[in-house]
Amino acid sequence: MSVVSISSVNKVFGKAPNQTIALQDINLAIEPGEFISLIGPSGCGKSTLLRIIGDLISPSNGVVLVNGKPAPQARENREYGIVFQAPVLFDWRTVEKNVQLPLEIMGQTPSERAARANEMLELVELTGFQKHYPYQLSGGMQQRVSIARALSFNPPLLLMDEPFGALDEITRERLNAELLAIWARTQTTIVFVTHSIPEAVFLSTRVVVMSARPGRITEIIPIDLPQPRDMATRELPRFYALVTQVREALRGGESAKG
Amino acid sequence: MASPVEKTYSDRQKAPSDTTRVSWLERVRYYLPTALIFVAVLLLWEGLVRGLDIKQFILPAPSAILDAFMGSLAQMVNLGIYTGTEALGGFIIGCALGIGVSLATSRWTTARETLLPLAIAANSVPIIAFAPVMNNWFGVSNQFSKMAIVAVITFFPMMINMTRGLTLVDPSALELMRSYAVSEWKTLREVRIPNSLPYMFNAFKVCSTLALIGAVVGEFFGGTRDALGVYITQEAAQFRFQNSWAAIIIACILGIGFYLLIVALERLVIPWHASVRKTEE
Amino acid sequence: MTDSSLPGALVADAEHDVMDVLGADVAVPQPNRFSDGVKIVLRFVAVFALAMLVWELVKFIGGTPWRYTTAEGALFDFTWFPPFEFKIANDLNMPHLWDIFGALIQPAQRNGPPLVNVLAQAAVVTMAAALVGFIIGTAVGLLLGTIFAHSPLLERSLVPYVVASQTIPILAIAPMVVVWLKAGWWSVALLAAYLCFFPVTINTLRGLRSPDPRALELMKSYAATTWATLWKVRYPSALPYIFTALKIAATTSVVGAIIGELPSGIREGLGGAILNFNQYYAIVPQKLWATIIFTAIVGILFFISITLVERVMTRNMRKLES
Repeated sequence: MSVVSISSVNKVFGKAPNQTIALQDINLAIEPGEFISLIGPSGCGKSTLLRIIGDLISPSNGVVLVNGKPAPQARENREYGIVFQAPVLFDWRTVEKNVQLPLEIMGQTPSERAARANEMLELVELTGFQKHYPYQLSGGMQQRVSIARALSFNPPLLLMDEPFGALDEITRERLNAELLAIWARTQTTIVFVTHSIPEAVFLSTRVVVMSARPGRITEIIPIDLPQPRDMATRELPRFYALVTQVREALRGGESAKG
Repeated sequence: MASPVEKTYSDRQKAPSDTTRVSWLERVRYYLPTALIFVAVLLLWEGLVRGLDIKQFILPAPSAILDAFMGSLAQMVNLGIYTGTEALGGFIIGCALGIGVSLATSRWTTARETLLPLAIAANSVPIIAFAPVMNNWFGVSNQFSKMAIVAVITFFPMMINMTRGLTLVDPSALELMRSYAVSEWKTLREVRIPNSLPYMFNAFKVCSTLALIGAVVGEFFGGTRDALGVYITQEAAQFRFQNSWAAIIIACILGIGFYLLIVALERLVIPWHASVRKTEE
Repeated sequence: MTDSSLPGALVADAEHDVMDVLGADVAVPQPNRFSDGVKIVLRFVAVFALAMLVWELVKFIGGTPWRYTTAEGALFDFTWFPPFEFKIANDLNMPHLWDIFGALIQPAQRNGPPLVNVLAQAAVVTMAAALVGFIIGTAVGLLLGTIFAHSPLLERSLVPYVVASQTIPILAIAPMVVVWLKAGWWSVALLAAYLCFFPVTINTLRGLRSPDPRALELMKSYAATTWATLWKVRYPSALPYIFTALKIAATTSVVGAIIGELPSGIREGLGGAILNFNQYYAIVPQKLWATIIFTAIVGILFFISITLVERVMTRNMRKLES
């Protein structure tokens, strides 16, 4: 059974005379353990698609199933974690309290929460920062806290909306590698929105290329780079070939539109 | 791409203001509940007063207030002009002083950084307590005594806001001016003053309310019978509430008129600012 | 301050979350709150000192001639004829500071207690009314702001009136309120409350709307209840807004209490004292000035208290301030 199955989804914003078609006829199935990147120019609706999977917004029509259930029910069951471009940490909570937030809402006991939060902070290599406040951490560390928070309740699906978009290149590459390690350890399915072609190629098992106005899927490119991937992967000729392939797919989407 | 959620969330409450896109009918429908509440409250008030036979000297019915208002319209207008003059005069003096002081100090960081906390502190004092002193200084029946208290009350918010507006400037805009090697005066004119305009209008809005409160309350401490505050107190003391309420209608008209005047001025002067712009994109 | 406004049944949960906000167990270095508080108090002392300095300076330049001879009981001989003569700066309009402070230790009335005692008692009466008004006003404001934040229809139909009532001189209704409520202490408190609830309502509404939209999406992704979102995200984010309003309300509540006393015939408070000593201004202006100084102190006390509570409650939110 697919973790995410999207069929004939459309999304329209606004009312009749000046409406925008954000997504048009989207079909996509995501299998367990996959790492899917959504890539495309601004306005192609990739973030909208991510939010539709998470039932943060509803599609205008079409069906979205998460783990075989309608998206709203999957959300009620807390079957996915989400990470945004900004860390969205709460300034008034310590790092560990931030990680515990979803667990608190789900009604876990304080000791369960604390144990789980420590485990997660270890996973993202932030042990020792439990009592720090967000403003005392660097941008990359804050984003790691937000990943720990998203994973804290063990969701089978992780939605990431340009999580490393605001970070510098060096931090971004390090976090890319860390994310792959976490993905391998947790066996979570990941849907990842990005602007960066190398990032998409490096991380994904499949790259979904989208075009704008209206937002459509133009191509799905399987990434056959060997696992586990590390810094050396970025030097492989195959890596370059795939980057070129994705870039051309993006261009093709543009010219088709123009 | 504007986040769709931002759109649904923050724009949910925005009144349909863009006349070119939203039909007249839609605006009426949007403001209908507001208008309905107004009518309902008036009807309920009227009904309660009549139904429970509430005495005129406890709570007059809206119809009685309207009668009193229309019956002495000329007097009401005079009351409004008298107190309105005091409020406007004091407002102009206080705001001019406030703007002047912050312009004068905006260049000198030390002067600014000493004065601002002091002004904030002074603003937390119930300045209205000085009203009787002003009456004694300038004469109870002299309109200038009310203008003086209004000026003191409006000075502080004006100065605080204006100073913030002149100083909370985008540092890169200042660096840009520096790269052009322009004079301090030019920077003030090109960057600081335009930046301060939204703050200035905010202060104007706050001060317009304070000005009327200052004038009316100053009159509570004494004045001629031409003044709203005196009239309201005296009529209430003699249980002629319908007259007091009629005078309050004038006070409301003055207050809302004053406020709307500033909003209109704001749209005229800073049409580029977000608080004024009609469309979101 | 905020706890007192909560419906009883919710207090336990609320306390828990307020503790969250306070960050009960903090190990990281904290900004020194003691010196912070001292700084705020010093600022007000500076305002007073500066005002007094300017005061006597003006009198030195343009006041009534200063005549102090040991024959009249002064400790030293001193005579000074100011170069100018400002009407405003004469001894009637601006009594010397030492005369004002001197009046404080003299009996307010013949054979009565000293003025300072009388004014201190009046200050307590006014402060009590202002405080009760502040609490009621804040509670109503928080409640209304919360309701408006969750009900677009109510917001649309009622908030225009809240805004409109801010633009009108609402104190004009003071004489009516006082007559309705039988000129009691409660009418004064209620008037103070009435003045307070406007800024608190508006800023609570703004504050509850202020969280990052993504923080709200995050809560939605957890399928969190409206209640949990309110306590864990919306209220903490609204704190800076709410405190801004509370500082305004602190001063307004004192203003409301004083003005409420004017038409009520209550003579025990500072408003009554102002009216009373205003009548004798031509003979003993320093008594009115002494009353005004007390009024200023009450206003400042309220303001400082709220500022200090704010410092404590939002001390982990430095990032928001910068």
